[in-house]
Amino acid sequence: MTTPPAALRRDWLRASLGATAWAAGRATFARVLGGALGLGSLPTAQAQGMLSGKLLSLSEMLDPIVAGAPVVRAGVHIETLILADNGLSVPFRVWVDSPMTAQDHVTHIWLLSQRNPVMVMAKIHVGPQMGRAELSTRLRLAGGQQLVALARLSSGQFRYELADLIVTEAGCVDGS
Amino acid sequence: MAQARFDMPAQVRAGEVFKLRLLVQHPMETGYLLDLNNRRIARNVINDLRCTYLGQEVFRIEPSSGLSANPYVEFFLRATQTGEITIDWVDDRGERGQVKRTLTVV
Repeated sequence: MTTPPAALRRDWLRASLGATAWAAGRATFARVLGGALGLGSLPTAQAQGMLSGKLLSLSEMLDPIVAGAPVVRAGVHIETLILADNGLSVPFRVWVDSPMTAQDHVTHIWLLSQRNPVMVMAKIHVGPQMGRAELSTRLRLAGGQQLVALARLSSGQFRYELADLIVTEAGCVDGS
Repeated sequence: MAQARFDMPAQVRAGEVFKLRLLVQHPMETGYLLDLNNRRIARNVINDLRCTYLGQEVFRIEPSSGLSANPYVEFFLRATQTGEITIDWVDDRGERGQVKRTLTVV
């Protein structure tokens, strides 16, 4: 069997478990369970009110950092999950096409989140001594969203790439 | 207590680009969670982590609450000469950590 391309799989996932339908299903289940146990209403997890938080637009995310410099969607690559079971620890790898020489290299990489209460998940200072503009880490995400990896080149230009992912359980819900 | 796990090759060739992997033991408290008494747990994340090679800063990351607990970072360096690689970090409470390793270039 051949694997369908990533975009197809993503569409299928979104169709079969839309984020709102999923959240509603969970809430109903908690209410029914609470009723059955005679608890009235179960205390729901303290989600700090950003679970349904406003999603930032791309320009809201990029503008404060880019500040008018040219920005292109090219040359940045992201490898991450399409569907994450929970947002506590989501593997994320980003790399930028660059020779990483003293004349032409990447100076900064930002990892930006559309939904997290803190938009900038990490700001990374890189330089020609690294030999390769690449980084892997694990993110904490407040729900399904678009992530942006933004890179600043030594020429002052900016490059970015987007990643769309679905998170079935947010990473900032109290586990108790 | 083991504060961090750090992995890099002991020996590399000059000019080679090699991988460094770091896992720091840290709760990375977001500041949004409540404790058992319903009191807010203060934010405490590693806000600065830098790597120094031959006395020069070569890599630096400023995380926020957006990195997972026990943050893991994997990055690359180009070897030039034998020397010490140091990784330092500091969290919101001002607590510091460090790992040091000598890189041998052949």
